[in-house]
Amino acid sequence: MSFTILQKRELVPTLHQMEINAPRVARKAMPGQFVILRIDEYGERIPLTIADFDAQAGTITLIFQEIGKTTRQLASLAAGDSIADVAGPLGNPSAIEKFGTVVCVGGGVGIAPIFPIARALKSAGNRVISVIGARSADILFWEDRMNEASSELYITTDDGTKGHHGFVTDVVQNLLEHGEHDEHGERAIDRVIAIGPPVMMRAVAGVTKPFGVRTVVSLNPIMVDGTGMCGACRVLVGGVTKFACVDGPEFDAHEVDFTLLMSRLAMYLPEEKEALDCDLRSSVGEAAAEPTV
Amino acid sequence: MNTEPEAKPKKRPEMAKQPPSARRSNFNEVALGYDREEAVAEAKRCLDCKKPLCIDGCPVGVNIPLFVRQIAEEDFDAAARTLKSTNSLPAICGRVCPQETQCEAVCVLGKKKDGDPIAIGGLERFVADYEIAKGTTIPDLPEPTGRRVAVVGAGPAGLTAAAELAKMGHAVTIFESLHSAGGVLVYGIPEFRLPKSIVAAEVDFIRKLGVDICLNSVIGKIDTVDELLGEYDAVFLGTGAGLPSFLRIDGENLNGVYSANEFLTRVNLMKAYLFPEFDTPIKKGSRTIVVGGGNVAMDAARCALRLGAGNVTIVYRRGEDELPARAEEVVNAKEEGIIFRLLTNPIRILGDENNWVTGIECINMELCEPDESGRCRPEPVPETEHTIPADLVIIAIGTSPNPLVTIATPGLETARYGTIVADEAGATSKPGVFAGGDIVTGSATVISAMGAGKVASRAIDEYIRRI
Ligand SMILES: Cc1cc2nc3c(=O)[nH]c(=O)nc-3n(C[C@H](O)[C@H](O)[C@H](O)COP(=O)(O)OP(=O)(O)OC[C@H]3O[C@@H](n4cnc5c(N)ncnc54)[C@H](O)[C@@H]3O)c2cc1C
Ligand SMILES: Cc1cc2nc3c(=O)[nH]c(=O)nc-3n(C[C@H](O)[C@H](O)[C@H](O)COP(=O)(O)OP(=O)(O)OC[C@H]3O[C@@H](n4cnc5c(N)ncnc54)[C@H](O)[C@@H]3O)c2cc1C
Ligand code: SF4
Ligand code: FES
Repeated sequence: MSFTILQKRELVPTLHQMEINAPRVARKAMPGQFVILRIDEYGERIPLTIADFDAQAGTITLIFQEIGKTTRQLASLAAGDSIADVAGPLGNPSAIEKFGTVVCVGGGVGIAPIFPIARALKSAGNRVISVIGARSADILFWEDRMNEASSELYITTDDGTKGHHGFVTDVVQNLLEHGEHDEHGERAIDRVIAIGPPVMMRAVAGVTKPFGVRTVVSLNPIMVDGTGMCGACRVLVGGVTKFACVDGPEFDAHEVDFTLLMSRLAMYLPEEKEALDCDLRSSVGEAAAEPTV
Repeated sequence: MNTEPEAKPKKRPEMAKQPPSARRSNFNEVALGYDREEAVAEAKRCLDCKKPLCIDGCPVGVNIPLFVRQIAEEDFDAAARTLKSTNSLPAICGRVCPQETQCEAVCVLGKKKDGDPIAIGGLERFVADYEIAKGTTIPDLPEPTGRRVAVVGAGPAGLTAAAELAKMGHAVTIFESLHSAGGVLVYGIPEFRLPKSIVAAEVDFIRKLGVDICLNSVIGKIDTVDELLGEYDAVFLGTGAGLPSFLRIDGENLNGVYSANEFLTRVNLMKAYLFPEFDTPIKKGSRTIVVGGGNVAMDAARCALRLGAGNVTIVYRRGEDELPARAEEVVNAKEEGIIFRLLTNPIRILGDENNWVTGIECINMELCEPDESGRCRPEPVPETEHTIPADLVIIAIGTSPNPLVTIATPGLETARYGTIVADEAGATSKPGVFAGGDIVTGSATVISAMGAGKVASRAIDEYIRRI
């Protein structure tokens, strides 16, 4: 059994959307869960969030950023190609309840995983205020989907090419300080969920902490099996070691040790560079394979 | 014809091995197996005892004297059939079973002065390899019974249960969470002890018995046991004991600190030793410390050495006699130059400002008098703290059952440490659900897991014929 790619397109430069035929995964997928895929026999197992799923059609949608060997190779595949292994849905689903007002924050590629969560929270009767951000307008994606999934949508860009000029945290801070209050004058934000680069999640945690608003982040440590078997995905939450793949990936943002997360993510930087260089060399090698003498 | 036992050699032929200087730097198999002549000569030493003790020493009851005699008669095909009729994974068992504590421990020849027991493991491997090289023959299968069984986990327990059930005519589907079947045989035990091509060949035999293997299927996530019970007449759980334990000391989350499971999975399942041809990276280290004294620690240490970590040290809190690893593997490790720091216990892992491991702080231990259980408890010796420098630390102090399936299965009774409670036949507290292998016993052996799979297959057969 292999997993056929039904659709693939580049949403914005280096960011791709891929729809994969995976009926058994699609049937069970819930917002907040991820898959681990391996492209071929030589491949590494990498986790990607299930950004959307359609149980009826038997498909899942992945959004990924080209950053290294595996994601680059994945980007080179086209509709009709297939992926050797897709295991999932993994991890605990996001808590979907009627909380009241929830702020959903998605930064960069983190917009993809926040989307199904926002949509589910909205249909569970929450007022969903979404804040999505990117470096620049031309790499912002899924604005339309996020608009539909939210009661209110804020956009930020680091360079000011669209929406608020600045970071998602500015908007979150503003919402907490000046946002709506209920008839008793109480702050009306019941929950914040933030997904994006670790620095962004740490910043959001820092902003919400003084307000005492329950804040959840989805952690993205390096994983191998995704089933609790290896411990590669160790994270420290409230001083206790957790395996993100089975205990998470969502955790209480105010308890997460982000410094540890970031240093562990950098564990294989020299090897990642080597893999990429090797890959570049071999693709250059193929191009230059014509006899030259 | 002279069949006097005295006329036979007392010693078994020594199995050829790659010399330590060569094997330190490659992942090829260490033990090279017997050739035809050696195997036949060794088989001829067997007394074909009237009351063969060796069979009782084998957890799956292989008819040892019969297959050994068939080797002596050079009828290797018959020997292979004999083996396969009770053991579906002989090429694996021939390599990794602790025969020295099982069948070979009770062989009468070993009881004689200066006598070696028959090299049952070596002979088993010889026959199984012969059959793989020649092409496996599939036994005749009975008429399909129309009954369906789901097996969870493709380790030795699950594979054996599946093979036995298929041979009884039931339709069997195995659900395995990883992308490859074999359990510890593919992710834990290294290539140089058990080539993955051998595991693949034995798994292929099980597929040819008609067993369907669904990979990438994490039960508890993609389907629950209750959902499987809706589709199948019975479920067998052989999910192993794959959850790594850590020491719970400071510094365990530093970069460069691995669980043995992660280290071995990267090396074996993901083939990180062939990086960058294969994409999965691994840290090589120049000074590696492995904490623990079991087979897993030996495997991790020997893998680290082969990756090029110049200096590999095993740190173990008890003494040489207490090392739980197979004696043979300790010898192999020592021959390859692994350093043993016994009676030493880590108390803290040290790191630098970038969160990279730099060493471990240890304390010397001494063994006190054995307690009622007969085990000597190690006690720290005050003021013997010292630091061993390291840039790679591998924690190999054991594993426990992964709770992924059990927490998603209401009505399934578990015991302390998360093992599933099952009776001798493998029946659990949940009707229609059976279990066996490491998930029931905690970490044990390949053959005991296979034995449990086999016993459970009989109970399952009885159960589904009744319903
Ligand atoms: C639960 C989870 C969900 C994720 N969802 C998404 C998603 O929806 N879209 C997306 O673009 N990315 C997602 N990621 C990150 C994605 O897995 C990495 O970008 C990818 O593994 C990089 O692989 P590479 O070979 O291309 O890059 P490499 O060059 O190998 O690595 C680049 C960086 O990616 C990280 N990384 C490398 N290997 C792994 C690994 N096996 N597991 C996790 N991180 C790794 C490290 O920080 C590394 O420095 C998710 C990660 C996790 C843990
Ligand atoms: C490094 C190492 C070396 C060893 N060396 C030896 C040796 O030399 N000799 C010996 O006799 N024994 C050895 N052992 C012990 C032996 O390997 C185990 O006792 C044996 O493999 C147990 O078999 P099992 O089938 O119960 O479990 P496992 O082999 O652990 O297989 C369980 C399988 O179930 C799968 N699984 C788990 N959860 C799920 C789920 N939710 N859904 C689907 N699938 C799931 C796992 O991925 C795995 O494939 C060693 C163990 C290790 C770790
Ligand atoms: S106990 Fe030893 S000698 Fe006797 S049948 Fe078994 S292998 Fe042969
Ligand atoms: S990825 Fe292996 S335990 Fe989480």
